[in-house]
Amino acid sequence: MKTIQVSVVTPDGPVFEGNAKMVSAKAKSGELGVLPGHIPLVAPLTISAVRVHDVDGKTQYVAVSGGFIEVRPEKVTILAEAAEVADDIEVDRARAAKERAEKRLAGNKQDNVDSIRAEYALKRAINRIDVAAKR
Amino acid sequence: MALRDIKARIDSTKKTMQITKAMEMVSAAKLNRAEQNAKSFGPYVEKIQEVVGSIASGSSNSKHSMLLTRPVKKTGYFVVTADRGLAGAYNSNILRHVYRTIQQRHKSPDEYALIVIGKVGVNFFKSRKMSILDSITGVADQPSFAEIKAIASKAVSLYADGTFDELYMYYNHFVSAIQSDLTEKKLLPLTDIAATKSKSSYEYEPSEDEILEVLLPQYAESLIYGALLDAKAAEHASRMTAMRNATDNANELIGQLTLSYNRERQAAITQEITEIVGGVAALE
Repeated sequence: MKTIQVSVVTPDGPVFEGNAKMVSAKAKSGELGVLPGHIPLVAPLTISAVRVHDVDGKTQYVAVSGGFIEVRPEKVTILAEAAEVADDIEVDRARAAKERAEKRLAGNKQDNVDSIRAEYALKRAINRIDVAAKR
Repeated sequence: MALRDIKARIDSTKKTMQITKAMEMVSAAKLNRAEQNAKSFGPYVEKIQEVVGSIASGSSNSKHSMLLTRPVKKTGYFVVTADRGLAGAYNSNILRHVYRTIQQRHKSPDEYALIVIGKVGVNFFKSRKMSILDSITGVADQPSFAEIKAIASKAVSLYADGTFDELYMYYNHFVSAIQSDLTEKKLLPLTDIAATKSKSSYEYEPSEDEILEVLLPQYAESLIYGALLDAKAAEHASRMTAMRNATDNANELIGQLTLSYNRERQAAITQEITEIVGGVAALE
């Protein structure tokens, strides 16, 4: 069976490397499924889970904090500022981050940089909790 | 010098030497880690560069503000220093150069803005009454991207909202354990994107401009992070070298002191013998 190479890279180093028969990700313009032999493509991602369907029929989940996906016929690279494989996520820490962000959002209602940042932090935390629940 | 004084100096120099030697070894270990960090960061920035380059070569009509040079009313300076001294000329090299550059280029403090990493840099500019726009201190020896993300994205957004119209970055580039080069890099606008001849021409989903919107800030932030990793490696290296020099000097000093200690002791013995012999002679 044809497979496609997948790597998830962050500034702190590679997070995930492997082969897959299909990769699905959530791009800003909508869901994206990549099979081996896909035409070259670049798309920005949302804060979401990337699903890597490997050859054994299992699915691996990787939480990404945005970034973008670069697709080539034989290789998929995801470049994100932060990413975690489901098994590596510390749920307690994600919960704590979620509470912190919620508190900050409740604290100031104005539409300023802080609340935008808190909103993103909240999204990332929720994403990590969701992804961790799937392992 | 009295014998006891020399002895005391030898002892204290020995203790100092133990400390400098330990610091040298600690820095050597940290340098190792820092080099590894820089290595694991490599693939990320290369990939971003490749994609940015291929977009840049594909269409030269992208009008993203981070690619366009605009008239400069205010210049931003991003200066990377250490939190502590004892690193030889590491900090002073950079600070002196930045200070001189600013004095030459600008007449009034309204024409520049400073963003500083490291306590030494913050204190330097504060004592010269130069206002600092933003700073962070206490960056870990092996910084993670999350730590630097806030200041990096702030630097990028300050450029985007027009607080300054260009951004220069100053840091020590790590060359080898005994050499680091002072580096000045124009970070924004991103003018030096090499239009790479990429093997594959990409489809852009939804459009090039929207990808640039995500990609360019991420790219600029990663350049800042890369510079910081580089500077950290240089910092550990120059601290290691400084400490090695200190250890060598202490060794030499101990040698000299031991020599004069022995000479002094011998002189005392000789004098005693002369006195005894003189005393005996007087009795006879």
